[in-house]
Amino acid sequence: MLNIHNLHVRVGGKPILQGIDLSVNAGEVHAIMGPNGSGKSTLARALSGHPDYQVTEGEVSYEGRDLLAMDPEERAREGVFMAFQYPVEIPGVNNAYFLKAALNAIRKHRGQEELDAIEFMALMREKATLLEIDPGMLSRSVNEGFSGGEKKRNEIFQMAILEPRLAILDETDSGLDIDALKLVANGVNAMRSAERAIIVVTHYQRLLDYIVPDVVHVLSGGRIVKSGDRALALELEDKGYGWLDPEAAAAPATKA
Amino acid sequence: MTRVVQSSPQIDAYVGDSDRLVSAGSATEPSWLRNLRRKGIEHFADAGFPTTRDEEWKFTSVASIAHRHFAPAHDGQSGITTDLIERRIGALGGYRLVLVNGTYAPKFSVGELPAGVQVSSLRSILATNPAAVEPYLGRFAPSDGQAFTALNTGFLQDGAFVWIPPGAIIEEPISLLFVSASPETPGVSHPRVLIVAGDHSQATIVESYAGPAGQEYFTNAVTEVVVGSGALVDHYKVQRESQRAHHIGSMYVHGTRDSTFSSHSIAFGGALVRNDIIALLDGEGSDCTLNGLYLVDGRRLIDNHTTIDHAKSHCGSHEMYKGILSGHARAVFNGKIIVRPDAQKTDAKQTNKALLLSDDAQINTKPQLEIFANDVKCTHGAAVGQLDEDAIFYLRARGLGRRQARDMLIHAFAGDVLNRIRIDGLRTSLEEHLLSELLTAEGAANQP
Repeated sequence: MLNIHNLHVRVGGKPILQGIDLSVNAGEVHAIMGPNGSGKSTLARALSGHPDYQVTEGEVSYEGRDLLAMDPEERAREGVFMAFQYPVEIPGVNNAYFLKAALNAIRKHRGQEELDAIEFMALMREKATLLEIDPGMLSRSVNEGFSGGEKKRNEIFQMAILEPRLAILDETDSGLDIDALKLVANGVNAMRSAERAIIVVTHYQRLLDYIVPDVVHVLSGGRIVKSGDRALALELEDKGYGWLDPEAAAAPATKA
Repeated sequence: MTRVVQSSPQIDAYVGDSDRLVSAGSATEPSWLRNLRRKGIEHFADAGFPTTRDEEWKFTSVASIAHRHFAPAHDGQSGITTDLIERRIGALGGYRLVLVNGTYAPKFSVGELPAGVQVSSLRSILATNPAAVEPYLGRFAPSDGQAFTALNTGFLQDGAFVWIPPGAIIEEPISLLFVSASPETPGVSHPRVLIVAGDHSQATIVESYAGPAGQEYFTNAVTEVVVGSGALVDHYKVQRESQRAHHIGSMYVHGTRDSTFSSHSIAFGGALVRNDIIALLDGEGSDCTLNGLYLVDGRRLIDNHTTIDHAKSHCGSHEMYKGILSGHARAVFNGKIIVRPDAQKTDAKQTNKALLLSDDAQINTKPQLEIFANDVKCTHGAAVGQLDEDAIFYLRARGLGRRQARDMLIHAFAGDVLNRIRIDGLRTSLEEHLLSELLTAEGAANQP
């Protein structure tokens, strides 16, 4: 589904990703771990098409198409979803109104009928129950005045509504208490399917107790320095990231 | 401030036009009315048109008005239809009084009025019962030192008179529509509005100004509002003049004890626009809300000057003005709040925000607080900014196109003001107007 080859990305002129190679198949859950500054979030944002993240080298193909040639909205309509590490507050834009517009933009792109207000409300109620979202939150402005946990849950809620084919969760677990973490994990697990791929970017192993990955990658210095199964995550939990340093240092990368 | 007495052929021409009006007045016209007009034109001749040397007009040059003569606009009703009128103001329900080029147009005026309420043309009330307006007309709108108000008074002839009897609760809005049409040569009209809300009455008034697209003309409107004790007036001004029009509007509000006055000033049209609102809170517990929204593009200019004068204690004022600028547009906001020595326990809040959609748009904004009492709460805030790129990216990352994302954010920005409009039909009509304007402003906005 997703093939990343030799991806180099700069942010504000500074090289962050320095040759990422990664293949993700439909039905798989990949975890991307790594110390602060290793480039985990840069990878997530570059895949979503953030204008500040400049791709200088490499290719990314998504379902056989050149992902990097697409605008952010086209990526979303083609089924790529990124749960933001820092969801943006948008005063004055109603959460439900925004989400209905987003869903219908995607449905239209796919040649599906747009949902009317009644159909959309029914869908929203169903997904809100799943994530234990307070219905009051849906009529508020997007993320405005939401707690950290509410913002992250709102991201997963949006994912549940938009039903992407490729979901990228950018540190969705950070700042969550254990109850919120379980809710988020349940929401993600409910979306696991043979047609969908999920990339979970996280600093902590804890989330992976609840969302069990098929593959774990460790990022350091802008490259994937190690890949393995779930045991790798547990090893990282045990030993921390320090033991990777020699390997990371072996690569010609600057450690941020 | 020193004022150079101006003499110009333009000013002389206005004086001549006014003199002709005064001498043509009917013999039965009361002398106070003749005197009011005469004093108006004298004050105008003394003051002349303001220049940018005048502090109150520092950023707004009225040279495009001052350097030419606009003759009194005459009957222009031939091109106007009811359909056109309803498209311009939306179907609001309630009673509607229409003036074309400042003259009452009975054929477009429709609707039923509740018993006791009076809405009539100013000309007819001056002819039939001048005593009804004498205690108010010109009492709140001083012509001394206010050139455009003086000029309006010098031509005082027609307009609208609204009388809400004490205790009357009027549910349906009362619409006053001023249409300008100068197909041949650019003309001027000086509509005058007098609204008197009796004690403990309640009413909603919508003043709309409109003209055919592309036509050049000058509207010089003055409104006086007297809000009786415990009365509640919800006032809307919807300015959708032609994009080549000159619009100067001055509103004077007199709030008395426990009165509540709200103004919603929406300005979309006009090449040169100046709105003055001067609200005097002259009774304990008087409350005043001023909301404003303007949309300006091209090389147009919209200037909003507000003054809220807290003269008595326990008065509140709440002000929120928002502007959306694109192209080479300019805007001015000046919000003066005066708190007099007797006005203890004043609670005044002013917010003014502008959204600049292009690098070449420009706003001059100034809060002006003059506080002479010591136990008061006064806050003000001004913010000028561009669209939040992070928010645009967030919306795009969910599948919305750049244009849709941008429109959604602009709509949200305007929502603070539009959502406070309590007439559903009017709010919907203004939202539609805003969205259609955004479509046409698209080319002028910054697009990567």
